[in-house]
Amino acid sequence: MKRRDIFKGAALGLAIAATPALAQDTKVIGVAIPSATHGFMGGLNYHAQAAIERLEATYPQLDFVLATAGDAGKMVNDIEDMVATRNISALVVLPFESEPLTSPVQAVKEAGIWVTVVDRGLSVEGIEDLYVAGDNTGFGRVAGEYFAETLKSGDNIVVLRGIPTTLDNERVDAFTAAIEGTGINVLDMQHGNWNRDDAFNVMQDFLSKYDDIDAVWAADDDMAIGVLEAIDQAGRTGDMWVVGGAGMKEIIQRMMDGDPMLPVNVTYPPAQIATAIELTALGLVSPTPVSGRFIIGSQRITPENAEQYYFPDSPF
Amino acid sequence: MSDSTAIEGRTKPRRRIPLHALGPVLALVALIILGASLNSNFLSYGNVTNVLARSAFIGIIAVGMTFVITAGGIDLSVGSMAAFVAGVMILAMNAMIPTLGVGVPLVLAGMVVALLAGFGAGLINGFLISKVGIEAFIVTLGSMGIYRSLTTWLADGGTLSLNFEARSFYRPVYYDGILGVAWPIIVFAVVAILGELAMRKTPFGRHCAALGANEQVAKYSAVNVDRVRMATYVLLGMLVGLATIMYVPRLGSASGSTGVLWELEAIAAVIIGGTVLKGGYGRVWGTVVGVLILSLIDNILNLASIVSPYLNGAIQGVIVILAVVLQRESKPAD
Repeated sequence: MKRRDIFKGAALGLAIAATPALAQDTKVIGVAIPSATHGFMGGLNYHAQAAIERLEATYPQLDFVLATAGDAGKMVNDIEDMVATRNISALVVLPFESEPLTSPVQAVKEAGIWVTVVDRGLSVEGIEDLYVAGDNTGFGRVAGEYFAETLKSGDNIVVLRGIPTTLDNERVDAFTAAIEGTGINVLDMQHGNWNRDDAFNVMQDFLSKYDDIDAVWAADDDMAIGVLEAIDQAGRTGDMWVVGGAGMKEIIQRMMDGDPMLPVNVTYPPAQIATAIELTALGLVSPTPVSGRFIIGSQRITPENAEQYYFPDSPF
Repeated sequence: MSDSTAIEGRTKPRRRIPLHALGPVLALVALIILGASLNSNFLSYGNVTNVLARSAFIGIIAVGMTFVITAGGIDLSVGSMAAFVAGVMILAMNAMIPTLGVGVPLVLAGMVVALLAGFGAGLINGFLISKVGIEAFIVTLGSMGIYRSLTTWLADGGTLSLNFEARSFYRPVYYDGILGVAWPIIVFAVVAILGELAMRKTPFGRHCAALGANEQVAKYSAVNVDRVRMATYVLLGMLVGLATIMYVPRLGSASGSTGVLWELEAIAAVIIGGTVLKGGYGRVWGTVVGVLILSLIDNILNLASIVSPYLNGAIQGVIVILAVVLQRESKPAD
C-alpha cells in the first residue's frame, strides 16, 4: 500500500467489513494488481485508486477490495482471500505472470464470478469475460509513422530498446515495419532496458560513434530523459529530436511547454486499469453488455493535445 | 598465501609488483587496443571522459568494497543503498529550497545529507555484522531489500526528481571540472589514491588484511577486530554517499530502478582486480583496473555493434572470467 493511502486503505477495509450487515444487495469488486515497483506500475496503482474512489461516489451499491502484490504467489493468495472472505461478484486482475495465475483465476471463474483480465493475457484462452489491454504493435507503429512522415530518405536514426522481451520485440517490429521503404537509415539499436542510466550511457556512446543523427526513438519516457541529458552534454541539442513513449508527466509537461526536442509522444496508458474497473462496474450495475476484448489504441500525443494526457497527481 | 603477502608488504617498503598482478592490466590494455582498432572515436577526448565519468560511481563504491572484502566481509546492499541515499538527498534538497534558496549552501547541505545517510546506513550494517554477530551476507541481503523498497515507497512508486532550478545549479558537479577533467573523474582518482595509501601504508589497511586472513590470529595480535570490521562498512557507506553526490546531478532523479546490480558490478570489479574474495588480501589499484575493464566492455560493445545486443551479457561474462583466469595462470611464476 502506498504511503499516502495507508489511512484511506484502512478506512476502506473498515467500510467493507461493516457493509454486509448493512445492505444485502451490495456487490463487491475485487481488484488485484502488481505493486508499484517502477514508474509505469506506480501510475497504474494511482489510476486504480482514482477509479475506485470515483466509482464508490457514483454507485453506493458497489464496494471495492484493492490488493497489490509483489510477486505471483502473493497475488494468488490475495485472490483466494477475496473469494473466501469478501464474497466478490467480480474480479479485475492484472496477472503478475500469466502461467501461475491461470488456474487460480480459472477457479474464480468456475465459482460464477465475473473475471476481467488486464494487460497480460492468461495462458489459457476463454477464461475471462472481459479483456482490456494496451496495444504494443500500435505503440511501435504510431511512432514509426511519425518518423516516416517527418524524415526524408537518407536521414539517420538510432533506436533504444527496452528489456529483451516479446513485448519489446512486438513494438520494435511494428516500428521497423512502419518505416520500411522510406529510406530512413537505422544506424543502430541497443538495449537501454527502460532505465534512465542505461539509456544515458548508450546514448553517449551513440553520440561518440555517429556524427550525423537526425532523430532518436527512445521508445520509453524514462529512456528519453537519459537520452536528452546525453544529447545536452554533447552540445548537440539542435541536431536531433527524440520520441519517447507511454506519456510520463515530466515529458508531457515539456511538450506542453513546446520543447522542440520532443515533437510527439505515444500513449501506452497506465490508466487502462481504470478502463477495466469502470467497465466491470458498469456491467454489474446495469444491463449494458461489456464482455469481449477492449484494446486501447496507442495514440499520438502532440504539443496541441498534450494537456488532455497530463496527470499532475499521478506518480508517472 | 595471503598472510605472507601482507607481511611481505610490511617488511619491504619497495615491494615489486608480482607478475600475476599484471593479469587485469593486460586485459585492460587488450581492451583499449581492441576499442581503438574498432572505432576511431574510441580514444577521443569525449569518449574517454564519458567512460571515466560513468565509471566513477561504481569505482568510488568499489574502493570501499575492496576494504570490506579484504576484511573477509561482503556488502550486497550498496546498489539499493545508493538509490536510497539519492532519494533522501533529493527529498532533503527539495525541502530545504524555501529556507536556503538555490545556491551553494543548498548543494553543500545536500552533500552533507548524502554523507550522513551513507554513514548511517553503513553504521547499521556494520553494527549488525560486528556487534550483533549476524552473517554479513544475510545482513546486507536484508538491507538490500529494505533500502530498495524504502526508495520505491519514498517515490510513491514513481521517480523522485530534484527541483529544476536546483538541478541546473547542481548540474556542473557532474558535467564540469578543472582543466577539462570532469569532477567525478577527479573525485574517483582522489578516492582511489587515498584508498591505495590506506591499504598499503596505514595500520587500518594492515588490520583489514589480518582480519580477513585469520580472525583469531588478528584478535590475539591485539587488533580490535569488531572496530575494524565496523569501520570497513562505515567507510563503504560514506563512499556510497560520495558516489551519490556525483550521481544525483547527472540526471537529477532517483527511482526504484536506480543502482540496480551496482553491488555485483562493484564486487566483480574488486575480484577482477586481484582482491581475494574470501579476504586477507586486497589491492585497491587492481579494483580501479577492474572497474575500468567493466565499463570499457559496455562502451566497446556500444561503439562497435559487431555482435547482437542480445549477447552483450555473455561477452561481459567471458571477459570477466578471462581477466581472472589470466592472473591464475601466471601465479606459479610468483
